[in-house]
Amino acid sequence: MAFDKMELNDIEVWDGNYAAAQALRQAQVDVVSAYPITPSTPIVEGYAKFKSDNFVEGEFVMVESEHAAMSGCIGAAAAGGRVATATSSQGLALMAETLYQASGMRLPIVLNLVNRALAAPLNVNGDHSDMYMVRDSGWIQFDAYCPQEAYDLNFIAFKVSEDHDVRIPAIVNQDGFMTSHTAQGVHTMDDDTAFGFVGVYKPMNDMLDFEHPVTHGVQTEEDWHFEHKARQHNDMMSIVPGKIDEAFAEFEKLTGRKYNHVESYDMDDADVAVVCMGTSVETAREVAKEMREKGVKAGVVGIRVVRPFPFMAVAEALKDVKAVAALDRSAPGGAAGMLFNEIAGALFNTDTKLLLSGYIYGLGGRDLTKAHLVELYNELQANADAGKLLTQQQQFIGVRGPKLAYL
Amino acid sequence: MAFNYERYLRLQKMPTLWCWGCGDGVILKSFVRAIDKMGINQDDVCVVSGIGCSGRFSSYVDFNTVHTTHGRTIAYATGIKLAEPSKLVVCVAGDGDALAIGGNHTIHGCRRNIDLTMIIINNFIYGLTNSQTSPTTPRGMWTVSQKAGNIDPTFNTCNLAIAAGASFVARETMIEPKKLEKTMIKAMQHKGFSMLEVLSNCHINLGRKNKMLSAMENLEWIDSISMPKKKYDALPDEEKLNVLPLGILKEDKEADEYCSMYAEIQKVHQGERKKITQDDFEKKI
Repeated sequence: MAFDKMELNDIEVWDGNYAAAQALRQAQVDVVSAYPITPSTPIVEGYAKFKSDNFVEGEFVMVESEHAAMSGCIGAAAAGGRVATATSSQGLALMAETLYQASGMRLPIVLNLVNRALAAPLNVNGDHSDMYMVRDSGWIQFDAYCPQEAYDLNFIAFKVSEDHDVRIPAIVNQDGFMTSHTAQGVHTMDDDTAFGFVGVYKPMNDMLDFEHPVTHGVQTEEDWHFEHKARQHNDMMSIVPGKIDEAFAEFEKLTGRKYNHVESYDMDDADVAVVCMGTSVETAREVAKEMREKGVKAGVVGIRVVRPFPFMAVAEALKDVKAVAALDRSAPGGAAGMLFNEIAGALFNTDTKLLLSGYIYGLGGRDLTKAHLVELYNELQANADAGKLLTQQQQFIGVRGPKLAYL
Repeated sequence: MAFNYERYLRLQKMPTLWCWGCGDGVILKSFVRAIDKMGINQDDVCVVSGIGCSGRFSSYVDFNTVHTTHGRTIAYATGIKLAEPSKLVVCVAGDGDALAIGGNHTIHGCRRNIDLTMIIINNFIYGLTNSQTSPTTPRGMWTVSQKAGNIDPTFNTCNLAIAAGASFVARETMIEPKKLEKTMIKAMQHKGFSMLEVLSNCHINLGRKNKMLSAMENLEWIDSISMPKKKYDALPDEEKLNVLPLGILKEDKEADEYCSMYAEIQKVHQGERKKITQDDFEKKI
């Protein structure tokens, strides 16, 4: 064997970035094409270190911009390699053009997106505005709430993305700094087990298969463009969810760690619930437990698979709840927050009579405190008791100055 | 009397984010003194910076300032200059900012010869993101993205600017702040695209694994790879290989400046003159 294996403890203390870098090593990624940006840099830097220490066989190339980084990934994926990279915020914004290239060419690539606010004003801290920006880019999106999940979901992302019935690139999100730079205990897999899960990469329609010449990225106009895009969406809606189920099930069998499209906590008898993503899920879980001691039947729903959005699972999770808050960590720019919209879409033609309100929080890394969540749960309980919304439908929480509320 | 910097600084933004011993502060002070010597009202100056350590430049100086996206100072500044040709517009960028992600804008700024001054602070590394290879990182040096040693060939910033058509090109180091200040004045007074590369230290992120742990060691290395143009020109060719000449390397006062040419276009639109033809230009292709 040309490269060395690494001995890992069963539990290592890793931050989210290092956990993702270790996953790229264990998946034996063939090409990482990257450009540095805070706070995701340590992921690709970690891969470069593994490369220089002979722990990976793949290639690392540092290019001149994020646009070039994803372009390099696309080239490598089209050539037939297992490919990954990482970025954040402005880097993702610069990559945006090429993200659509990757999904349109049906190239399996794993992008670790360490969520960070978008400028201006310039800000390096975590919110979900970058994740939201590319929500229609045709990429599968997973969301990790902690370093353990950042590690695990990378393997699941490769597994799903590279499936020959899927061939759709995947993003693994984690919160900038709150997850990426916070070290926690991470249960590891040994190198053989981890690689065994993702398996040897089998390319399809690869350009290095000279016996079968192919063309990627052709031009289609009104004659065929619609069909391409429709098939892409069709596969996201009808094939990808089942493949994610399979990957989750196989991963659980291997590690005992169970993932769901939608994660429900204390939801069995919940009257009120918040739906959120990222590190906020853990904060909300803690507050929900405290609210229960005060007699409020509080629950938490975390979105694990952001794209394809799990409409049915969300509707199922919320069907018996009386009042729900959608927590969006991105400035909505004159609309409802993305989660509010998707949840409303999931529930609209169902029998539920639940009261849905939206909260915008945590922009630019502002903390979502337990006190905020207590206030929020109390508002939801008041809504549930009254049988109608007592607040406005959209509110900002944790922002200084006069209260901002709309609709 | 000691120079009073306070008038030109946003003191509420102090202390700076720059590390102890960083050259950026020396360059910032030279810039402020240069502006003061030129006698320009500070409200008639616009400082445009990108992303990276150098990007913080615009936060600390009390002029019209814009902190833009990574590598795009020239693009923003071109818009500013065309809208307000009477203002002094200065771009401040690092080597990664100006030559990697923004390399395209940099060469096209040079080509158009628009009356901007671009100060490229070259510390030979991506500093703010901690030691990745930049387009000027010397070959063979350690970086976090090339731990076995950098194999990437480098850009010679000034040669690039000259080839791309900048009409004023100079290089100085932060080791000689007075000389830097003088060259800055010449660069900013020049009508046309002026490129000033300033060699600076990053002992923290370049030096730490390249045997330049202190600012002084880093500066001694910069001193060892640079010399005044006159001395450089006298060297036999084989000795010029790893030396960067300092001083004004190109100054063409005759080259057509873009805002002036643009004013001619406006005359055409306003019916004051007929269309522009090849005869209007000495250098056509």
